[in-house]
Amino acid sequence: MALLKVINLRQHFKISRSFTVKAVNGVTFEINAGETYGLVGESGSGKTTIGRSIIRLYNPTEGKVFFDGKKISGNLDAATNKMLRQNMQMIFQDPMSSLNPRKKVGDIIAEGLDIHKLYKNLKERQEIIAEILKKVGLSPAHAERYPQQFSGGQRQRVGIARALVMNPKLIIADECISALDVSIQAQVVNLMKDIQDETKCAYLFIAHDLSMVKYISDRIGVLHKGYLVETGTTQEIFSNPAHPYTQSLLSAVPQPNPRVEKNRTLLTYNAENVNYESCTMQQLSDTHFVLT
Amino acid sequence: MSIKNLDITFKTNAGNIHAIRGVNFDLPRGKTVALVGESGSGKSVTMKAVTGLLDSNCIINSGNIFYNGVDLLTLSKKDLRQKINGQQIAMVFQDPMTSLDPTMTIGAQIMEGMLLHQKISKSDAEKKALELLNLVGIIDAEKRMKNYPHQLSGGMRQRVVIAIALSCEAKVLICDEPTTALDVTIQAKILNLIKDIQAQMGLSVIYITHDLGVVAKVADFVNVMYAGKIIETGTVDEIFYDPRHPYTWGLLSAMPDLETDDARLYSIPGSPPNLLHEPTGDAFAARNQFAMKIDEKAAPPMFQITETHFAATWLLHPDAPKIELPPELKARLERSRKAAFLGDKA
Repeated sequence: MALLKVINLRQHFKISRSFTVKAVNGVTFEINAGETYGLVGESGSGKTTIGRSIIRLYNPTEGKVFFDGKKISGNLDAATNKMLRQNMQMIFQDPMSSLNPRKKVGDIIAEGLDIHKLYKNLKERQEIIAEILKKVGLSPAHAERYPQQFSGGQRQRVGIARALVMNPKLIIADECISALDVSIQAQVVNLMKDIQDETKCAYLFIAHDLSMVKYISDRIGVLHKGYLVETGTTQEIFSNPAHPYTQSLLSAVPQPNPRVEKNRTLLTYNAENVNYESCTMQQLSDTHFVLT
Repeated sequence: MSIKNLDITFKTNAGNIHAIRGVNFDLPRGKTVALVGESGSGKSVTMKAVTGLLDSNCIINSGNIFYNGVDLLTLSKKDLRQKINGQQIAMVFQDPMTSLDPTMTIGAQIMEGMLLHQKISKSDAEKKALELLNLVGIIDAEKRMKNYPHQLSGGMRQRVVIAIALSCEAKVLICDEPTTALDVTIQAKILNLIKDIQAQMGLSVIYITHDLGVVAKVADFVNVMYAGKIIETGTVDEIFYDPRHPYTWGLLSAMPDLETDDARLYSIPGSPPNLLHEPTGDAFAARNQFAMKIDEKAAPPMFQITETHFAATWLLHPDAPKIELPPELKARLERSRKAAFLGDKA
């Protein structure tokens, strides 16, 4: 059974009486336990909004979200809320601004533990922190430091440790590597993969860097203007893209190969006359769907 | 333009940071040169030295920057501003959201430089601004002239920044991560645009970036920087199909190409050195799996491989042991060579 089910999610933001931003329009997808689902699209396509709606930072305009078989959109009772807060965590884009500069790293990581009282005494709390720091490649002594004493890559490790300490089933990673250097990106992505092998958590990996998404994801969803235009396994999306938007997106990914790169032509996709609202999802294979 | 032996130190509260430790490179007329490296490797500082935008806590210890035979470092700030910046050398910054003035219209910002530097009437400047906006592919240019930056999208804003850079007919364009803030599709369009304009106007372009995909697309020559030094330089083909420095290997392997299926991505271990404490020997030694004893004692000189290809690593010394490339990298280089030759025939 799917771990996360998003059904017909709509997220609209009313800006003024006459103007509403329709950020997400009827998006449906599933994430299975232990897999990585990549969401890609240009800025403004609604990928971040979807992540935030799932974790209840926004209240969906329409549609339902199920987690582990329980409905988690709309009003929740205390028990479901508690379950959700423990099992779903988020890693944010910018490790410079997502860590509280006035708290020690150890306290940042343990905040979730403190709230849910997941330890018996202070010694156990310290042990949990030390263990999680080791897991993400930092040393237990780092718990006494403040975020500004770390480099960007180390800070993102703290962000990952904070998400992991709750032992979640799903981690939403919103552009979690785009602020880092290339060599550090590879370190963080490897770390995320190792952790997945060990804890069997699932990732919702939101990014615009297609080569990284291809590398980490099992399945991919392509968003455009708030609509999910194509979804399928990584293999299907990359070797057999069906939607013209996906094709244009793939043609624009720069490849580290000068002779190939200089001869490539960019496919352009003009979506001005396309009305996605009247399109329906067509099934191409068991896992491959495209909006036409 | 030619940069010789540039050496720069920053004075900070924590001590002196030796940010640039002897940088040499040439920019041939009409060509594109890329500076590649991680943050803190000194690529932006080098370019700031060229445009005289260094902060006041910066000391230039030695070096020359020749432009058409004039050493830019000997010019006064005033001369630099009045004769060189904008008119000869123009810069496109990373973030189009912050490099435009939010309180001025697009048109006024494009005309500002022209009215200051050139003897030109306002109506002529207006005409020229319109031409420039058309050149950089902005539709409805007349209407856009009266718009403010916040009314444009990110890609549009970067086009405007390019138009401003071109407004005084500069000969050299310095692009500091011009597309990192943009989406892939828009990135490809902007890079194509810069290329077209370069061909039309015979510009020389310097790209500062850490994205090797972008480098592959635009560059003729590549300089790889690490810890304030250029550690490998060559034509784009030499760097991508026959890299010699372990750091270049690491950079190439850390970026998955669309065919990478390895279970793990190669990552360069550790993080870049802190230049507060000047490294002895090779600055990359601590992160280098092929490091030898000599790397800890002395910094390697530039070894020549071909007429254009140089690399600073002791591995190229005639006495160095032959080393086997990591298998993933080897497979990848072969793959990319193969793809390149097939691409040539097609």
